[in-house]
Amino acid sequence: MTENEKMNTKLGTVISGSLTQGVHVKLDPARSVEDVTVGRYVAIQGEKKRFFGMITDISLEAVDPRAMVMPPDISVPLIAKVVSGTTTYGKLSVLPMLTISGVAGDTEGPQPAKTVPPHFARVELASQSDVQRVFGKEDKQRFYVGTPLDMETRICLDMVELVKRSNGVFGKSGTGKTFLTRLLLIGMLQKSRTTSLIFDMHNEYGWEGTSEKDHKVKGLKQLFPGKVAVFSLDEKYDQRRKVKSDFVVKIGYDEIEPEDMQMLRSVLNLTDLAVQAVYELARYFGDDKWLQSTLDLFDSGDKEFAGKHNIAEGTWKNLLRGLQMLQRFKFLVPHAPENTVTTILEYISHGKSVVLQFGGYDDIAAYVLVANLLTRRIYDRYREMVDIAISADSKKPDQLVITIEEAHRFLNPEISSQTIFGKIAREMRKYNVTMLVIDQRPSGIDEEVMSQLGTKITCLLDNEKDVDTVLTGVSGKSELKSVLSKLDSKQQALIFGHALPMPVVVKVREYGSADSYKELGPSSPGDSTRKTDGLDDLWG
Amino acid sequence: MVVEQKIAEVIETSNSEFLAECYDLDNVPALGSMVRTKGKGCQIYGIVYVSATHSIEPGRRIAARGKAATSEADVFKANPQLAKLLCSDFKALVVGHSQDKAIYQYLPPSPASIYSFVYACSPVEVKQFTQSLNFLNLMIESRSTVAPDEVIAAFLRYASLTHPVPEEFLVKAGKELAWTLSNDMRRLDSILKRL
Repeated sequence: MTENEKMNTKLGTVISGSLTQGVHVKLDPARSVEDVTVGRYVAIQGEKKRFFGMITDISLEAVDPRAMVMPPDISVPLIAKVVSGTTTYGKLSVLPMLTISGVAGDTEGPQPAKTVPPHFARVELASQSDVQRVFGKEDKQRFYVGTPLDMETRICLDMVELVKRSNGVFGKSGTGKTFLTRLLLIGMLQKSRTTSLIFDMHNEYGWEGTSEKDHKVKGLKQLFPGKVAVFSLDEKYDQRRKVKSDFVVKIGYDEIEPEDMQMLRSVLNLTDLAVQAVYELARYFGDDKWLQSTLDLFDSGDKEFAGKHNIAEGTWKNLLRGLQMLQRFKFLVPHAPENTVTTILEYISHGKSVVLQFGGYDDIAAYVLVANLLTRRIYDRYREMVDIAISADSKKPDQLVITIEEAHRFLNPEISSQTIFGKIAREMRKYNVTMLVIDQRPSGIDEEVMSQLGTKITCLLDNEKDVDTVLTGVSGKSELKSVLSKLDSKQQALIFGHALPMPVVVKVREYGSADSYKELGPSSPGDSTRKTDGLDDLWG
Repeated sequence: MVVEQKIAEVIETSNSEFLAECYDLDNVPALGSMVRTKGKGCQIYGIVYVSATHSIEPGRRIAARGKAATSEADVFKANPQLAKLLCSDFKALVVGHSQDKAIYQYLPPSPASIYSFVYACSPVEVKQFTQSLNFLNLMIESRSTVAPDEVIAAFLRYASLTHPVPEEFLVKAGKELAWTLSNDMRRLDSILKRL
C-alpha cells in the first residue's frame, strides 16, 4: 500500500474506550462525519493485533467547551476549514468484535476480541482482505450470500457449518424471506453434501416462482435437475402448471396416527377431549385402522359406539367435524399405493433433495398434517440409520435439513415440546437432522427452540416482540436492535450466529437474472465437492 | 552570483530577540517580515515585531520642523543634519536557526553576534523555513511583543505568498494555531480573522 492509499483509508485514531463499551475514535480531520455511517466495518491496527469492529455511533465533540457557547464564525471559509478536525471534531464509537492476525501469513482465524487496541492506534476502513479474513473467501464450502453495506466484498457463509445446526429465516411478509431461503437451499446443494426436505406450502421452491416485480425466477429443480426431486400432493395443480412431478404423494388413512391428530388439534379446532377420544379409538381399533373405522362409524350413523366408550356427544361431533375436514384432502386415501416416507428416504439416500409441493392445498391443516406425519417417520428412520452406523462404525447418513414455513404453527410454546420439530430443533443435531425454519412472527416460536437455532438470518422486523425474540441472548443486542429496525425492506438481512464469526448486515445477492444463474447452478466455480467424491470413497 | 543587500546591523542581542539598526533612515523591514543574521556557527532567523525611527540621543526629543515646508522632503533638504541625528531600528523575535543547511525551529544555542549584518530573507528562504510550522509556538508564547497576534497574522500573510497555494498554507498554519490555542477560542478567532 502506498503512503497515499494509506492516507485514503485512514479514518482516525483511538483516543479512549473499553472492551464492553467499545473504543472511541477521533475522526481524522480530512474526513467528514457525513461520509461515515453506522454499521460500517473498521480495522484497528494495534501493536500486536489487528482488531475488526463495527461503527456503532457517531458524535460531535469540541476540545474547548466554550466553542459550543461561542461558535467560531464559520461563514469565513478559512475559519471553517481550520476549526474542523482541530477545535471541533467527529468522534466514532467502535465496537471491536474480533482480533484478526496482524502478521501476514499467519493462518490463525479470527478470534473474539478480549482486549482493546492501545491509545492512538490507527483506525481505517476495513479493506476487502480484512473482510475476507473474517468471513472467508468463497470456496468449496463457503457460499456467497451477499455484500456488506457500502462494500463490494462478498460475505460467505460456511454451509457445512451452517447445516450442522438448525437455523432460522425471519422477516415480515414481503421482505425477501423466500428469496433468501431459496439462496440458502442452493448454497446447501452447491457447497455441502446436505440433502434437503422442503415442505413447500406455496409452491415456490421446486419450479418457477415469481418475484415481487412479477417476473419468473427459476426454482431448485430447474437449477439442479439431477439433485432435486419434486414431489406433489396435487396432480391437478401440476397439470395446470404443465409440470411433471417425480412422485405424487398419497397418504393412507392407515398411516395417520393419534399423535398426528394431536398436532392438528388447533388447526382442526378439536377439543382436548376429542384428541383423547382419538387415542381411545386407536387403542380399540389399532393405530393403522382407527381412522378408517371411525369414518365408517360416522357413515353408518352408529350412535351407540360413542356412548359405549364414554365419549360425550359433543366430543363425538367435534371429532366428526375435524375428520370431515381431513376427508376433503384428496391426497388422503384409504390405502396409499406406495409408501411416501420410504420413497423420500430412497431419494435422500441417493443424495437427492426433495421439494414437497402442496399445490392447491395451501391450507394450514394440510401443511401441519403432512409435515408432521412425514417428518416424524423420517426422523425415526434417520435415527435408526444413525444408530446402526454408529454401532457398525460405518459412515453416518448425510446431513438432512428439513425446511418448514409458518414455523410458529409447529413450534409455538404450547406444542413445541410435543412436536417432532421441537425435538429436532433441540436434539436432532446428533442424528444429522436439522431444520431451517421460516417464519414471519418469530415471537410465536417457543423460546427454547429459538435459543437452539444456530444461525439466524433476519430481514426487516418491526414488531418489538419479534425483534426481541430474534435477538435474545446475542451480545450487543441493543446495537443490533437499531441495525435490525433500520434494514431496508428489500434485499437486506442481518445474519448472526454459529456460521459467522460476528453479526453482519448484508445486501442479499441478486437472484433471478440470467447472470445470477451462471453462478448458482451446480457447476459454479469452487464447487468441487462432487468431483472428489470418488476419491474420498477410494481413500476412505 | 547575487550579492545580498544588507539592511541593518545587530546592536542589541539576546537568545530570544535582537535589535538591529537600519542603514537607511525610515527604511525598515515590514512588520512580520523575516530577516536573517549570524550567530556563532549558525544563521539566525527572526521575525520583525516592532520597528521605530527616533533620535539617536535618548534624552533629546525631535521637534517638528515642517511648518514652512511645502513637502516632507523639503524638511530633510532644509535640515541635512537630521539624517545623522535620527535613526531607524527594529526588533526581531528569534524563531529558529540553521546549521549546515539544516533548519531548526527552536532557539539557537547562543544569541546573534553583536554588529552582525542583517539581511531580509528571500521568498525562497521563507518558503523553505515555513515547510514546518513548529516555530509558531515561540511566537504565541512570546512575552516581548505588544500585539503578538498582529505579528503572527502579518507573518502568515507574508509567508503564504511564498507558497504555490497560499490558501492551503493558511489552513495548515491555522490548524497548527488551533492545536496550540485549543483552550483559547477567542484568541484563535481573532488571529484567523486577520488572515
